[in-house]
Amino acid sequence: MTKGQAISLQKNDGGSLTAVRMGLGWQAAPRRGLFGSRTREIDLDASAVLFADKQPVDVVFFRHLVSDDGSVRHTGDNLVGGVGQGGDDEAILVDLARVPVHIDQIVFTVNSFTGQTFQEVQNAFCRIVDETNGQELARYTLAGGGAYTAQIMAKVHRSGTGWTMTALGTPANGRTFQDLMPAILPHL
Amino acid sequence: MTAELVRGQNHPLPQSRLEIRVSAGTPMVAAATLGDELGKIHGVEWVAHPGTPTLPGLEVSRQAAADHRLAVDLDAMPEAVHRISVLLALPTGAGGPARFGAVPAPFVAVTGLDGTGIASYTVAGLDSESAVIALELYRRQGAWKVRAIGQGYAGGLADLFTDQGLAEARQLAGGIHEAVAQGLARSVPAPPPRPDGDRSRQPAAPALGPDQGGPTSTTSGSASTAGGSGPVPGSPYGTQTPGIPGQPAPQPPYQGGEGVQPTAPTSGGGIDYSHPRRQTSAPPPPPPTAPPAEPGRPAQPVAGDATGWSMDERLYNQVWGMFEDLARTTAAYRSAVDFAESRMEKELDQVLSDPRSRIGGQGDAAREAAQARHTELVNQAQAALDRDVAQLTAESEVVEPALPPAFARWDNPAWHGYRVPMEIPMALRLGDLHLPECADLRIPMLIRLPLERGLWIDSGRGASLDGSFTDAHDMRRLAMETAVAHAARLLAVYPAGEFTVHVIDPAGSGAQALDPLVRTGVLAGPPATGAAGMADVLARLTQRVDLVQMALRGGAPESLPPGFDTSQQLLIVNDFPHGFDDRAVNQLRYLADEGPAVGVHLMMVADREDASAYGPLLDPLWRALLRLTPVPDDHLADPWVGHAWTYEPPLVPPGSQVLQQVLTKVAEARAKHW
Repeated sequence: MTKGQAISLQKNDGGSLTAVRMGLGWQAAPRRGLFGSRTREIDLDASAVLFADKQPVDVVFFRHLVSDDGSVRHTGDNLVGGVGQGGDDEAILVDLARVPVHIDQIVFTVNSFTGQTFQEVQNAFCRIVDETNGQELARYTLAGGGAYTAQIMAKVHRSGTGWTMTALGTPANGRTFQDLMPAILPHL
Repeated sequence: MTAELVRGQNHPLPQSRLEIRVSAGTPMVAAATLGDELGKIHGVEWVAHPGTPTLPGLEVSRQAAADHRLAVDLDAMPEAVHRISVLLALPTGAGGPARFGAVPAPFVAVTGLDGTGIASYTVAGLDSESAVIALELYRRQGAWKVRAIGQGYAGGLADLFTDQGLAEARQLAGGIHEAVAQGLARSVPAPPPRPDGDRSRQPAAPALGPDQGGPTSTTSGSASTAGGSGPVPGSPYGTQTPGIPGQPAPQPPYQGGEGVQPTAPTSGGGIDYSHPRRQTSAPPPPPPTAPPAEPGRPAQPVAGDATGWSMDERLYNQVWGMFEDLARTTAAYRSAVDFAESRMEKELDQVLSDPRSRIGGQGDAAREAAQARHTELVNQAQAALDRDVAQLTAESEVVEPALPPAFARWDNPAWHGYRVPMEIPMALRLGDLHLPECADLRIPMLIRLPLERGLWIDSGRGASLDGSFTDAHDMRRLAMETAVAHAARLLAVYPAGEFTVHVIDPAGSGAQALDPLVRTGVLAGPPATGAAGMADVLARLTQRVDLVQMALRGGAPESLPPGFDTSQQLLIVNDFPHGFDDRAVNQLRYLADEGPAVGVHLMMVADREDASAYGPLLDPLWRALLRLTPVPDDHLADPWVGHAWTYEPPLVPPGSQVLQQVLTKVAEARAKHW
């Protein structure tokens, strides 16, 4: 998937998706030889912001793991990343059928909480998966990015009766989603 | 564009209606003080706090929470007010962190009503302080500004108010913490964490959530994380909600059979090599699964469609799952309706301010359009709520009949086939909960056994929810009947001889209500009346707490005297503080503090007003108890969203003999046991 590309979250058989997962994975910082346990940890955080008419209504991040309405759930904070085998280290699940009716956009962001820029992070990716069958709908690679600490990954928004996902891929800077709000607003 | 303030920096406020949002990793109290031109607070009525949450132009929340939204309307501020200080304080006495240095730095943001950021400030660099002035809004030459303060006080709110020149600083600080503690006592304890493990970690220090009360509650989670620790059953919505790993929590999750152990668990000792969450090696029988749904229709609900090692545990988790789903689906509905209303207001304001709208019918058309948009969104929200409630109602209809006696209403046939159980059930139904949006859908209020907190059946007078006024006499009678229904249920769900009930009824006023317990002979002795009887019961229970505590501290629970009764003890106290002298009150407080840990519980049937002469002395007593009411009352909050739920006590249907029959069986079994 490339920046700006939009895909409809309709199944091939015409039914619409009911649940999607945004997965985030990255490789933990390499261990050094001696005193190898003293790693410099890389903590990336995935967040989702729920908007109604361009106003943020709720947010799901490591301190608020479930949106009040229960439609968006963060599976928990991972502070160090994985071994880089491609598995998700953090995931946000969205039950599209239960998203409150006034929420029309959900924006997914990734922040580097520990401050490393995406240049330093290895094998980082972000993907959207159809949660009902595990099929990957879209994947982005973050690594090789520039000297920024956050990225506005994608948004899922209502279109007609279903939902559409648009890849945004906009770099930004900030430690948590709060810092990104000014950068998110132009994409709504 | 949000201005990120550093300490001491100020920023102009472009509008007068503001929201101050606080996000912290742990629950804290938010309050605000008003000051005049010289910064002086004129009195306690210039302080908005959980006990007095609303002042003109200012509203704070009633509870300690990890997230707050304070509403401020600067235009509504009295002329004399020139300064508004926004305070944060850590709640005392709840077992949570006592210093800001031990919790993540709170983040405070000033926003417009639509959430647009104006200024934000991270209150960093605190250490031993337990109260802090985070922000100050102040009037300067007719315009309002915000300044980041970050002034902390190690002496807490009392020092903070003293510093602001408030004469009644100490009393006020005490009153605030009291109001917060009452908020804690109002809440339903959070559900146990899910039994499956999780690879991820929770970085924010686990702390006592705003919705968990009592020093014995060790459940994880601030408000923001509690949601992750709820039991997540298979989705009742048919849209296969994926399994979600729960958050790790310090509280041990339910272990099959754990509750069977007597009141004296061994302390100290070596390392337990068994898996902390798996007690049996045999896999549990597979849960009943819902038949595959017809395409386009939600799956038919099935009782026990949740995780667990036994049917009871699965039903328990399913009920908590329904509780959470209803809380959340209602939150979605309320949020959508609120949004629809604020959008309509904004659109109508625009129509009014647009000069073109005065010409011809343009204004009317725009007004109608705004109203139509409002109606459409509210209808959609209602449809979504109806869909979810219908599904939950269908689930409730299959779950209720399947519940074991401990979880079931008194009118459930399970009680007619009642037999004295061999094992302690994992939970007990304390009543029903419902929300005004769907008053017909009742969620069983299940709490875990053994009890972690005593119960307080509030016989205080007051208009009930439906507006009818129950007089004081009726209220006391109803309260006592409710207490008897709870006690009978506890007696019935414990194995024979493992639950003992004592009664103190100083003036004998509860005799009629107590009759079912007395007549069947299930009590440990006749209800104690008069000073001598009371002193005797209190002395025996106090001694018992002492003994068990000593044995536990010495690491030698087996050193208890032979024949020591290891059953759980419940003391019902009617008419408190009637007949209580200082010594008896002290013993009661001791039992409330120390009893729950060694299996001695209180059930107070009391009107707090009656005991007001004791002043704050008794506050910890009330705080330690879970307040229940004999009539429907909306005082309980759920642990996820914090809705006010209407609680209804589990009363025996009028004319039913079920209580009598059940207690007779309990009495027979007790007779055999001894």
